[in-house]
Amino acid sequence: MKSLINFFDKVGYSITSRINRLGTAARLFFLILISSGESFKRFNLTMKEIYFTGVMSLVIIIVSAFFVGMVLGLQGYYTLQKYGSSEAIGVLVALALVRELGPVVTALLFAGRAGTAITAEIGLMKATEQLSAMEMMAVNPVGRIIAPRFWAGVIAMPILASIFSMVGILGGYVVAVIVIGVDEGAFWSQMQANVDFRYDIVNGVIKSLVFGVACTIIALFEGFDAPPTAEGVSRATTRTVVTSSLVILGLDFILTSFMLGG
Amino acid sequence: MSDNLINIQNLTFGYGKELLHKGINMEFQRGKVSAIMGGSGSGKTTILKLIGGQIKPNSGSVSVEGEIVHDQNLSGIYKLRRKMGMLFQHGALFTDLSVYENVAFPMREHTDLPENIIKDLVLMKLNAVGLRGAYKLMPTELSGGMARRVALARAIALDPDIIMYDEPFAGLDPISMAVICDLIRTLNDALGATSIIVTHDVAETFSFADYIYFVADGVVAAEGSPKQLMASKLPFVKQFIHSEKDGPVPFHVSAPSYNSDLAL
Repeated sequence: MKSLINFFDKVGYSITSRINRLGTAARLFFLILISSGESFKRFNLTMKEIYFTGVMSLVIIIVSAFFVGMVLGLQGYYTLQKYGSSEAIGVLVALALVRELGPVVTALLFAGRAGTAITAEIGLMKATEQLSAMEMMAVNPVGRIIAPRFWAGVIAMPILASIFSMVGILGGYVVAVIVIGVDEGAFWSQMQANVDFRYDIVNGVIKSLVFGVACTIIALFEGFDAPPTAEGVSRATTRTVVTSSLVILGLDFILTSFMLGG
Repeated sequence: MSDNLINIQNLTFGYGKELLHKGINMEFQRGKVSAIMGGSGSGKTTILKLIGGQIKPNSGSVSVEGEIVHDQNLSGIYKLRRKMGMLFQHGALFTDLSVYENVAFPMREHTDLPENIIKDLVLMKLNAVGLRGAYKLMPTELSGGMARRVALARAIALDPDIIMYDEPFAGLDPISMAVICDLIRTLNDALGATSIIVTHDVAETFSFADYIYFVADGVVAAEGSPKQLMASKLPFVKQFIHSEKDGPVPFHVSAPSYNSDLAL
């Protein structure tokens, strides 16, 4: 009987602590929105973070996009060839990247590269009392440290996803046209004719914006909420990757359902 | 104008159900260097946090220049904090900013001073702590004592009325310790500030503090000038000042009998 009570006690504690963390994250999100004035008035603070989260992520984004595009070109060609429509390879690569892989893979890579860096940085700032020092200097750490990083993530993500799609298409082009020998005119013209700006490109940008908000808020919250110890920061960094990945994939399904349904 | 810049009355505070402070009364006089001493975990740093409005007391009051700190809203607390400078235990320098930028930080955040004036002020503050020549260095290139001095320059950047020091001597070599002692006294007198030091270093504190509070078991166990406390017959004060291993603060943490733990 006692072990059963302990079991329910643990389950209850786990549920309430998760709800509590969700509430704290939502509170941080609203605090960021309220304290965002500084991020735009002193845009150099946000620009510095865009460089850190966006520009510094370019190498991993470009290299991954090129390989993803090449694999898509290769796999797509061998499948389409069976149905005698290998010229449609350009459309397949472009739609797969613009609608799905561009936003999703970019967000997953962003969570692994920039998200973890943000969590570790904020967590260490907390552990070394830098955030407390800022508070004692009458400077709001949410406005000065958290909000510029949030907006930098939100701005950088759609740009990174666009670059990912562009480079991915180039990778598909290299494999399909240069290596396999698909007609170049058919590759580009079919892509131009079948990729819709509003339906495909804008929806892809909307997805990456939503992922940008989700990834950045998770990374910031985990850092801000991390216990001020080495172990606490390390656990928070791991949680950032795990939570971000699951949230991105879950949100992708929900957004795709709405977009295809609409 | 009252002589007391900060008043703490019947303060109780605790994390959870356990009370850390059980009715503390303290007064910090203008222009004086006061110290709060006590063993580890006695809630000394918490008193600084209560003065700075980072946490709220369970009951009682903390007032700065007649204004109750915990009755203020966020902008009121920020207004009060602009009168305060705080030196954290390990400096808490911003690791992504150079020494110069660290000291310039409060000036950039709270004033519209032109860059040439900021430069002059930063160099003056760094000169006061003897580190003008280190303005280009990054915090990772500084020793513990130097980092503490840069943090002190940053704490006095806006010439605060109150300077709070959290364990300013922790982990310092004897030379750095003597330098920090001298700076605390000199800067307090030169700026006409009121200083509060949280520490457990007896020899250093007794050499320059004007008034000392001893905190133990959640209350002020003793208070007075260094001379008065040196002559004190109170067992706790005697044990603390003379670093005695056993006394009112026991060597052993309360535990079941030794024999039962060892199953003898």
